[in-house]
Amino acid sequence: MDILKKIEQAKLVGRGGACFPVATKWNYVKKAEGNKYIVANGAEGEPGVKKDGYILTHHTKEVINGINLALKFFKAKRVFIFLNHNYTNAESQIKKEIGKLPIEIIYKPQNAGYIAGEESALLSTLEKKRIEPSIRPPFPVESGYKQSPTLINNIETFYNISLVDKNKFSDKRFYTVGGDCYKPGVYCLPDNWSIARILEETNNFPRFKFFIQHGGRASGEVLNSTQLNQKVRGCGAITIYKQDSHDSFNFIKNIINFYAENSCGKCTPCREGSYRLKKMLSGTKMNWPHFLELIDNMEASSFCALGSSLALPVKSYLKNVNPDFNIQL
Amino acid sequence: MKKITFKINNKKIICTPGTSIMEAAKENGIFIPSLCFHPDLPAKGNCRVCVVEIKGYKKLVASCSMKAQEGMEIKTNSPRVIKSRNMNLELIFAEHVEKCPTCISRIDCQLLKLAKRYKLKITEFPDRKKYRKTYKFANAVEIDGSQCIDCGSCTQACEILTGINYLKLKGKGSSQEIVPREKPDMLSGLAARKKGFACVYCGQCALHCPVGSAQEQVDIPVIEKMLKNKKSDEIYIAQIAPSIRVSIGEEFGIEPGKIVTGQLIAALKKIGFDKVFDVNFGADITTLVEADELIKRLKKKKSILPMMTSCCPAWVKYVEFYRPNLIPNLTTARSPQIHLAGIIKTYWAKKHNVNPKKIKIVAIMPCTAKKFESARKDLRVNGLHLVNNVLTTRELAYLVHINKINLAKIKPQKGDDLLSDHTGAAAIYGGTGGVMESALRSAGYFLNPDKPKLGKIKFKDVRGLEGVKEATVKIGNKTLQVAVINGLANFNKIVDQLKKYHYIEVMACRGGCIGGGGQPIPTNDEIRKQRIKALYSIDDKKKRRKAHQNKTALEIIEWLEKNDLDHKVLHTQYKEKFH
Repeated sequence: MDILKKIEQAKLVGRGGACFPVATKWNYVKKAEGNKYIVANGAEGEPGVKKDGYILTHHTKEVINGINLALKFFKAKRVFIFLNHNYTNAESQIKKEIGKLPIEIIYKPQNAGYIAGEESALLSTLEKKRIEPSIRPPFPVESGYKQSPTLINNIETFYNISLVDKNKFSDKRFYTVGGDCYKPGVYCLPDNWSIARILEETNNFPRFKFFIQHGGRASGEVLNSTQLNQKVRGCGAITIYKQDSHDSFNFIKNIINFYAENSCGKCTPCREGSYRLKKMLSGTKMNWPHFLELIDNMEASSFCALGSSLALPVKSYLKNVNPDFNIQL
Repeated sequence: MKKITFKINNKKIICTPGTSIMEAAKENGIFIPSLCFHPDLPAKGNCRVCVVEIKGYKKLVASCSMKAQEGMEIKTNSPRVIKSRNMNLELIFAEHVEKCPTCISRIDCQLLKLAKRYKLKITEFPDRKKYRKTYKFANAVEIDGSQCIDCGSCTQACEILTGINYLKLKGKGSSQEIVPREKPDMLSGLAARKKGFACVYCGQCALHCPVGSAQEQVDIPVIEKMLKNKKSDEIYIAQIAPSIRVSIGEEFGIEPGKIVTGQLIAALKKIGFDKVFDVNFGADITTLVEADELIKRLKKKKSILPMMTSCCPAWVKYVEFYRPNLIPNLTTARSPQIHLAGIIKTYWAKKHNVNPKKIKIVAIMPCTAKKFESARKDLRVNGLHLVNNVLTTRELAYLVHINKINLAKIKPQKGDDLLSDHTGAAAIYGGTGGVMESALRSAGYFLNPDKPKLGKIKFKDVRGLEGVKEATVKIGNKTLQVAVINGLANFNKIVDQLKKYHYIEVMACRGGCIGGGGQPIPTNDEIRKQRIKALYSIDDKKKRRKAHQNKTALEIIEWLEKNDLDHKVLHTQYKEKFH
């Protein structure tokens, strides 16, 4: 059985956060014509997510094996490991595993921000163009690096591919647990566990008043302590916040500031929206309905998923943690 | 080809696959606003003003970049769309520091039009770009950062249409800014690597800017002051370029391609010009000088070929900076505006017994680079600048507007003097291929002036908006390979095979001068075609359609030769430029 069949049977989903079926993506690349390229995405731009770095250092061999399986399957010309600049210390280890394979490590530029991990922006970065997302379709699977079909999978996905090949894959995934917790770290646990169970089993369930954010410290959804009976979203991160040490204003402000700093500037709703939101929070008078309208507009009309994703953390925080926040101010 | 069917606002629409929602809507008379989209350029989806709602889509979608698909149900005016579109417009408006009262772009400003259409509250957010810099490029073009709305069309035009990549977007997020790329940049552009980059002043950035942030450097205040303080012994002359008579009407609600020469002359007279001359006369002179040179080059054994036109000042600047090795290929003939102005300040001044220093010439040009050309020191005669000021089509329209003249209603007048006389060959100078065609019409005459072969009148192969046009032309017993380039970026397509040609025309702007950087906004292919068609109709109606049939022009050239002024007034030489 070839590797693609195995991936199909294991029902692997992408671990970059979007949970896109891996086999579907592979089939697109397989069908496309021309020189093929592969990118292993370890940009890991979302704060609070550390699993790709962890996997690369602790399971280097498996990751490179997974990449090599794709390399052989697609007879690809080159592979880029696109890496967060914080992971330079893993370089020698990765290079040892790469050996003579046509795999290159490219670091995400320091000032590139969150957006550089977005597929089309990532390709612009590799081509040394301005770092911003581009219009899709065509999708990278048809027209990616240098207009050639390009497979972009997450580091964890390649790790899973390696396990699938060895028939060792067992529906586990990597969770980053962090924030105000007892044992922060990266844990490999069953995919179907609830947030509550993960916190319990890792001895991280708080004995204080708290709320959590899952799926990344910027774009993740915020839940209160009674809502933890559900699976972790996106890239598998859980951040715990001690309620008393995080006041509403600063919590929202940190999120807004992150988006304002990380907006690439391409589209109006995100560039101007995040700027105006930031300004509003540092001003003296606050027009909350207008504030929420700006957020809604970012969600509805931003060019890429980054701009649209601001609404979830802010709105879920206001809904689940501090429903009276509006009135208080 | 198979068509697709879908719905916009419950209306059944049929179109060819691959059509964007915005195009399909337009074809069916449904208006979708936009700021960053221009049909000359690939869609960007930056401004998010053209968003629409599609059934089953979670997010709103930019209609400029989304292709229509079978069965789609699209709403262009749903409450969600209205809310988002208006908010994005408000956000954009807050980027743009309004200078409307004195802004010449207020006639064409697409943001102002949308703000009026949707009755926007334009003061919702405080201005955030008040302290942005203005970058000035020679005396021709400028980019005022305080008015920029980050649509990205100027950088796109500079890269894709002009091919010099001079403008770039620096920084990111709300602090990003359009800046000139002056230092050498190893990442892009071949020719520029060693020297860095330089602007060629074509003004395509301005032509594609929806809000007048990229704009010509405005000479209106100078002209107003000049007209106000006019001394009795001074003579003010306006000279009008071939292409503006078919475009300026658009700024007054007249349909594209309507010829308004008479109205234009009347308006200029009313504004306060003593005389109005036609650069078409200068164009006949240019043709005569250039065709003569072409034949001389062809006859001489070791001459430099291909000969290249030089009446486009942006192209000349491009050669001087980026391709100095081609300087010897440029014709020594000066451009029509400089020819005419040179003749006014020598021949005409002498005949009318006027001190040339007392003559002020304002040229009305479709072009921003003509401002640069008019200020070139190497184009003076006896130390005197020939054209004192250049106004673009847009600037003149503004001047006419603020003088409360309606071009659509003013009674047409005729131009002055013999210097307004011209042949059909001059009329077509304003469209791509026109200079080449005019020269070819007269080349037979210069090959054998005593027995000129009549030759062709129409050279169809050199007409049209195709970026690179080639033709084989027979003149006497010579067979010439010619090429016509419009849109400077297209020059790169033939640069490796120059040797196969004898004669090349290059116009930096798409469509030639009728698509110039100083022309009315919008300028797009539909409008370009109308403008060119109008130019050809002027030519078609002329009895004399070859420059050598312009007796006055031939007489004046003879007069200049006798007075030893021919070299000074008719020819020039170029040197490599380093910035």
